Amino acid sequence: MTDEPLLRVRSISKFYGNRIGCNDISFDLWPGEVLAVVGESGSGKTTLLNCLSTRLLPTSGTVSYRMRDGAFHDLYRMSEAERRFLMRTDWGFVHQNPSDGLRMTVSAGANVGERLMAVGQRHYGDIRATATDWLGRVEISSDRIDDQPRAFSGGMRQRLQIARNLVTGPRLVFMDEPTGGLDVSVQARLLDLLRGLVHELGLSAIVVTHDLAVARLLSHRMIVMKDGHVVESGLTDRVLDDPQAPYTQLLVSSILQV
Amino acid sequence: MYVAVKGGEAAIQNAHRLLADRRRGDRNLPAITLEQIASQLSLAVDRVMSEGSLYDTGLAALAVKQARGDMIEAIFLLRAYRTTLPRFGYTRPVDTAAMLVERRVSATYKDLPGGQLLGPTFDYTHRLLDPELAEDAEPAAPEARSEAEEAMPRVSDILANEGLIEEDGSLPEDREPGDITREPPEFPMERDQRLQALSRGDEGFLLALGYSTQRGYGRNHPFAGEIRIGEVDVEIDVPELDFPLTLGRIRVTECQMVNQFKGSQKVPPQFTRGYGLVFGQSERKAMAMSLCDRALRANELDEDITAPAQDEEFVISHCDNVQATGFVEHLKLPHYVDFQAELGLVRQMRREYEERREGAAADTERREAAE
Amino acid sequence: MNAHTDNIAQYNFAYLDEQTKRMIRRAILKAIAIPGYQVPFASREMPMPYGWGTGGVQVTASVIGTDDVLKVIDQGADDTTNAVSIRAFFQKVANVEVTTHTADATIIQTRHRIPEEPLNAGQVLVYQVPIPEPLRFLEPRETETRKMHALEEYGLMHVKLYEDIAQHGHIATTFAYPVKVEGRYVMDPSPTPKFDNPKMHMSKALQLFGAGREKRIYAVPPYTRVESLDFEDHPFEVQTFDEPCALCGGTDVYLDEVVLDDRGGRMFVCSDTDNCEARRAEGHRGHLSGEEAAT
Repeated sequence: MTDEPLLRVRSISKFYGNRIGCNDISFDLWPGEVLAVVGESGSGKTTLLNCLSTRLLPTSGTVSYRMRDGAFHDLYRMSEAERRFLMRTDWGFVHQNPSDGLRMTVSAGANVGERLMAVGQRHYGDIRATATDWLGRVEISSDRIDDQPRAFSGGMRQRLQIARNLVTGPRLVFMDEPTGGLDVSVQARLLDLLRGLVHELGLSAIVVTHDLAVARLLSHRMIVMKDGHVVESGLTDRVLDDPQAPYTQLLVSSILQV
Repeated sequence: MYVAVKGGEAAIQNAHRLLADRRRGDRNLPAITLEQIASQLSLAVDRVMSEGSLYDTGLAALAVKQARGDMIEAIFLLRAYRTTLPRFGYTRPVDTAAMLVERRVSATYKDLPGGQLLGPTFDYTHRLLDPELAEDAEPAAPEARSEAEEAMPRVSDILANEGLIEEDGSLPEDREPGDITREPPEFPMERDQRLQALSRGDEGFLLALGYSTQRGYGRNHPFAGEIRIGEVDVEIDVPELDFPLTLGRIRVTECQMVNQFKGSQKVPPQFTRGYGLVFGQSERKAMAMSLCDRALRANELDEDITAPAQDEEFVISHCDNVQATGFVEHLKLPHYVDFQAELGLVRQMRREYEERREGAAADTERREAAE
Repeated sequence: MNAHTDNIAQYNFAYLDEQTKRMIRRAILKAIAIPGYQVPFASREMPMPYGWGTGGVQVTASVIGTDDVLKVIDQGADDTTNAVSIRAFFQKVANVEVTTHTADATIIQTRHRIPEEPLNAGQVLVYQVPIPEPLRFLEPRETETRKMHALEEYGLMHVKLYEDIAQHGHIATTFAYPVKVEGRYVMDPSPTPKFDNPKMHMSKALQLFGAGREKRIYAVPPYTRVESLDFEDHPFEVQTFDEPCALCGGTDVYLDEVVLDDRGGRMFVCSDTDNCEARRAEGHRGHLSGEEAAT
């Protein structure tokens, strides 16, 4: 770890008309750190994620990102070209619904290979070899490489989406309810896999989830949101074992013990 | 042996002669005159003027005749002529409040200044085929309106007095109105350009899209605030004069839909408008246009875009029937060079497929033999 | 009314008014300055349907002068109906000299082919383009594709080629095969067979592309690099034919398949009719060129 954060978030607010999406959110994200954003639906966690990943422009606030050369850049002042380049090289975005993040009508291999081709790789054999390797790392059998995700189960699709995002070696990955639509047993396997990959690659990640178990398993630190505001933040184990805010206490006590 | 297909030129000439003959029809009958078309098929002429975007009943009647009654072909003829005309300038916006109204109905008020005026409408006719019409019966002369005419303010102006409806869109002083026939379209479009595209868009296409909004695909709660048909002055500013010159009068149909709107961050709750204006008498088109106009304002009014009618690129790129018919019909042009390329590919892929299958069969045989 | 009808036949040289021609020429100049970039232009309604060459006709009408010699081909042939119709149009509205000989033409308007005979400096090849956007079938939105061009985001193009290879073992695009122009813009060469793609590369002639319905003009100036997209280990290849032209015996030319009967009988003949006739005039013969064919 270096002594500088990867992402600096300062006073991000997003209003929809008079309604608050999220209000005055600030934090730092450190290299190799996984931050969970938890809350019920409508708490503003997805709005926050979309602002941070520049998919949505906040009403006010700044987010600066430390580029590979060490310089911080204000995300909202970057040109669209720079932002889009960042999105497909140094960042990943894992959608809750894999079909939002995959091309459902092209093969698994091409889904993984697309980012490589986008950054200029022009050797079919190499692209295919890399795709095969990544399918293996997310536990998809290499003989499925030419199948379309339409023919995949929900869990496989989600793993494919993860491979597609990680193939360019990003430093920061955003995840929106990555285990959202999956069966419990499938969730466990995916979480296991994610935890392994994040650790192995030293990824930083911001994971939005309503599921405290996901936060417990994946994240180092977490923030709890309600009605667009942060009600509590801290190390994940501390927040879950010793919640301070009444809302967090309610949240923790209302679920089965994890 | 094979001789290349010569004589395309003669074939085309002969085809056109035959077309001219069929257009004339039975030569024992008198040829239909342009005056007859313009006066007795006037709604066809209106549609051709409207979608051909050229106000000239004589030319539109000629186009209908030349197209053998094919509306889109007639529209195409008029457009192709219009495009060669020099552009002298742009008129002032027509003042529909000062219209010489022949028909005016409002669904939002029972009665209103100027009253409801049914005019020459198909509404409330019973759609029974009329045998008398087949025999050229002379209809009774129409009732003429008494001279005393009350002013007919537009429903939108009545609502605006109370501040309950958004204002007429006003352009900044220095903004030249767009002209979709002179500038390439760029998305997202300004509303003036969009309205131009809709006004000459295909009646059937807009009708279907407008209908889809009523059925829930981008619903926007419309009320037919007002439909008025009549004549308006066309005025132009001349640089040397400090008053506008009237070039003449044209008949138009205007529809103002009044739509619910909950308000947004910047705007208080109020009614919004969908606007339709077309040449001649065409209520259906004007109403469909105003539904589409309102649907296409989704972005401006911060509404979710969920339906085809709200999708500007989709609607505007496909509403022009001259473009649509050309591209659909171009499929009958020869494509045999490309088809040859595809033939070659399919043959190659079938060969490869057979080889793979034979290879697999041979493998199986070898395995079976080895076992 | 009569005043109108009397005046209808009054058209400017080459149909378009001079203002419109100037507008189109400006678009053409811009297109030449940015090879492969699609320049929006205010396409006019033409007296032929959209999709039938209105873009090419507008480009030709804007560059043609009284001294020009015009050749019009469709599918490689001068005598297909649409070529005949467009040629007749220019004879009528511009009264220019026309030819079927590639070498004699100063402007060649084409649909779907590039002549076999290499073009020379000073010649202009005008393509009729139905869908100018090479990314259109991967991404239908104009707002998005313009962005992709601006940011050089062409990964998706290769995804398509990757899929071809993964499925078929080779690239399965046979016409409208995408090219990269001068190392920058990915361009649709119009629906020419990929057989013709190499002819665009470093061509001595000016190549202009007009898409009337889609309101775009683009260009490849003379001596410009035009590279067909491919993979290093799956290089671009053109179609080959198993037999020579049945009439002129030509090889390395694009052939049309002509069905002779309903029992599978067929022959392959040159798609470029002018080239075929020139070769036969020089005495070349194919295996089916009897005396009838020579007349």
